[in-house]
Amino acid sequence: MGVFQSYRLRLQRKRWRIRAIRKRGELKRVADRTSQIRPDDLLLFCTQRNEGVRLPYFLDYYREMGVGHFFFVDNDSTDGSADYLAEQPDVSVWSTRAGYKRARFGMDWLNYLLMKYAHGHWALTVDPDEFLVYPFCDTRPLRALTDWLDASSIKSFSAMLLDMYPKGRIDEQPYYAGQNPIEIASWFDSGNYTMSRNPLFTNLWIQGGPRARMFFKETPEKAPALNKVPLVKWDKRYAYVSSTHMLLPRGLNQVYDEWGGEKASGALLHTKFIDTFGAKAEEELVRGQHYAGSVEYIAYAQELRENPQLWCKWSERYINWRQLEILGLMSKGNWA
Amino acid sequence: MTVGIVMLVHTALGRAEQVARHWAAAGCPVVIHVDKSVPRKTYEGFVDSLGTLRDISFCDRYRCEWGTWGIVAASQSASEQMLARHPEVRHVYLASGSCLPLRPVEELIDYLDDRPHTDFIESATTADVPWTVGGLDAERFTLRFPVSWKRNRYLFDKIVDIQRRLKLHRDMPNGIVPHMGSQWWCLSRRTLSAILQDPERPTYDKFFRHVWIPDESYFQTLARQYATRIESRSLTLSKFDFQGKPHIFYEDHLQLLRRSDCFVARKIWPHADRLYDAFLTDVAGAMKRTEPNPGKIDRIFSKAVERRTRGRSGLYMQSRFPNEDWENGVTAAPYSMFQGFSELFEDFEQWLGKATNARVHGHLFAKDRVHYADGQTALNGALSDSATLRDYNSKAFLTNLIWNTRGERQCFQFGPADNQEVNWRIARDPNAQVSVITGAWAVPLFRSNLDFAEIRRIAAGLQKIESDHMDILRSPYTKARVRIWTMAEFIEAPMEPLQGILDEIGRTNLRRLAEAPKMVDLAGFGQFLQNLKNQGMHPYLMGDFPVERNVSEPAKTPRKPYLVR
Repeated sequence: MGVFQSYRLRLQRKRWRIRAIRKRGELKRVADRTSQIRPDDLLLFCTQRNEGVRLPYFLDYYREMGVGHFFFVDNDSTDGSADYLAEQPDVSVWSTRAGYKRARFGMDWLNYLLMKYAHGHWALTVDPDEFLVYPFCDTRPLRALTDWLDASSIKSFSAMLLDMYPKGRIDEQPYYAGQNPIEIASWFDSGNYTMSRNPLFTNLWIQGGPRARMFFKETPEKAPALNKVPLVKWDKRYAYVSSTHMLLPRGLNQVYDEWGGEKASGALLHTKFIDTFGAKAEEELVRGQHYAGSVEYIAYAQELRENPQLWCKWSERYINWRQLEILGLMSKGNWA
Repeated sequence: MTVGIVMLVHTALGRAEQVARHWAAAGCPVVIHVDKSVPRKTYEGFVDSLGTLRDISFCDRYRCEWGTWGIVAASQSASEQMLARHPEVRHVYLASGSCLPLRPVEELIDYLDDRPHTDFIESATTADVPWTVGGLDAERFTLRFPVSWKRNRYLFDKIVDIQRRLKLHRDMPNGIVPHMGSQWWCLSRRTLSAILQDPERPTYDKFFRHVWIPDESYFQTLARQYATRIESRSLTLSKFDFQGKPHIFYEDHLQLLRRSDCFVARKIWPHADRLYDAFLTDVAGAMKRTEPNPGKIDRIFSKAVERRTRGRSGLYMQSRFPNEDWENGVTAAPYSMFQGFSELFEDFEQWLGKATNARVHGHLFAKDRVHYADGQTALNGALSDSATLRDYNSKAFLTNLIWNTRGERQCFQFGPADNQEVNWRIARDPNAQVSVITGAWAVPLFRSNLDFAEIRRIAAGLQKIESDHMDILRSPYTKARVRIWTMAEFIEAPMEPLQGILDEIGRTNLRRLAEAPKMVDLAGFGQFLQNLKNQGMHPYLMGDFPVERNVSEPAKTPRKPYLVR
């Protein structure tokens, strides 16, 4: 790494941080319970818009895992979800009516909250439709993982995005509040992921899965990125660069081994494709607030109109983390 | 006679208290050393919580930083206090705050009573054991380490570097032989007091103060001076990972720990309530004796080390992305690539499938789409048959395919008309078995109905591509098992090469090859090649194909399959 390049990245990191601070004015405090946070609490950061139906299960899932405090940025919801969140005893809520896209898909807001509240904590940054799975998550709480990462001097933990989908039409089974979405979207692609190394940020760029297979057959380079680093021992100098796909300083992106070994990693079960998806996609087409001109949503809308089925004969049904480990989608590394 | 417990504590004081009470309740005196970096208030609270117990005392505090002298100083001070205050103690057991007794304390006492003069300390000469991590073994003793590795890694490395360059060297005092081993020991009063009361102790202490990680060598080395019976093993179960860090035990290890034959385990995650509940309740029922099976624990942890250092070959994923040629296995399993066979034989794919039980694909890298076996449109792992998706990262396509189908041999056809991007990847893969009949791509052209000018153009292109590919396969970097025949050579005696290929694939259905695939009718092929030559396009990859061959073999009914007995 040249001195010049490293300096350039340093400037970029500062730019993202300054931008986050500048954008703090867009956030209006709705419920502030941050005084309850204890020094070793695990924190969760999330932006949401009209995800009311998903929130009860989401909160329960992560509470059970051991998250101590939730930070939500509510982006102009109209379904009362902001009020619901504000009532929760372990949630702090900010709201904003500003553009999601102009806040770099919410990252500026979260970078600001992370900077202000997460310094010295393990911070998990996920969307309301993402569910973290890590090695031994059925027998060990998240704190066991973060304690082990601390003891191993590891600062960031990777969890690849795994798109889940139902068998049959996406809108066939209605999702009700409090339900585990994996009950509906219980299938995934096990072995069609491709990856390459990003030379500047040193992160892996992972693509593939049902979205690449169905929506980006002709333009695979546009298929969405699936690499994520959602769990970080946060320091106020850090910044997420693009969603949770990559961070600065870039050492945090070194979540993979290059000498043939396996580092420990998890998966984010992405339950976007349930019956709520159709309405969401329609709305996003109008709002145009998503990545790369909402190209994803345009492709989905077209394809799903013709053939609203992501399932195929070789789809794999989700059982547990051990299954993902055996399939090679995640790894225990040297955690035993 | 009893055993005294020296406990080194720095975090999770609540757990340490719980364990200390457990020892004391069984009649073992405990001397606790609390790291000096623990705040005074926390320390005093801890002392108060245990103050009522007569058999528990606290010794002078030292700062215990990993890899430095402080831990030895703490052990010395606590041991001295133990020996002085508790004359009934015959063995001293060094434990940490995150150690957990796995068997009833009485069993440990009885065990040691049966072996009154034995010292349990893992102690091996540095020359013979490759345990150490990080490249420092003998140098731990011969160099000096004035700065902390944890806090100042850069300076630490530099100082080591400079000493190496200047060839600085320290000699062992009094010619003692350096030994190393687990830091958790159990020494008899006789040996321990001999070490602590040795008139030469200041000399040794002075020396070991600058040794790297002295807690793994001080007692281990000096015990060899005085002990009459050393059992070179630790009574504490403790597993280390590839960086030399101890593995941590969690609640889901309960059954494993029950089956260990060790007295004490380290290190326990402080929040593993079920482990503490299970092993610290003094009801005998909770410590059900099961048949010891320590091998299982060994396997689990050595597999973890292996996974972290070598990983699963042929797997490319979010946390394993080896640089090219560092991957210990490009792909997950052996596979076979055939070039020219399905052109030369009419039913080669079906025949091969029948003869070997392998999954036989068509041209996986064809330009139009991926031709999976049996005309499927997708394969294991939901691999798509789209050529665009495949070509987006054809190397990953290949490694994914082999990974997804591990357990079943994969065979596929290849040719100069296919996407050639994977050629180097396959050539450098020791798992690849590549069989090529050069020039066989001309057969479909020969049988096609195209204009001759068109044929000439295509033939020239294919010949160029195949020739480049053969250069790759013949390069010194190639690690694949490669067999190349010219077409002329191959059709002279096709059975022998086919048998060779099948033998190498193994898992054949037949012991000897009874039925050969059916070769296409080549009558007129020599003339066809001659025509190409006449047009100025010399097809040389087929080998020597005389025009006359077909003269001597006048048109006859299609060949019957070969039969070999």
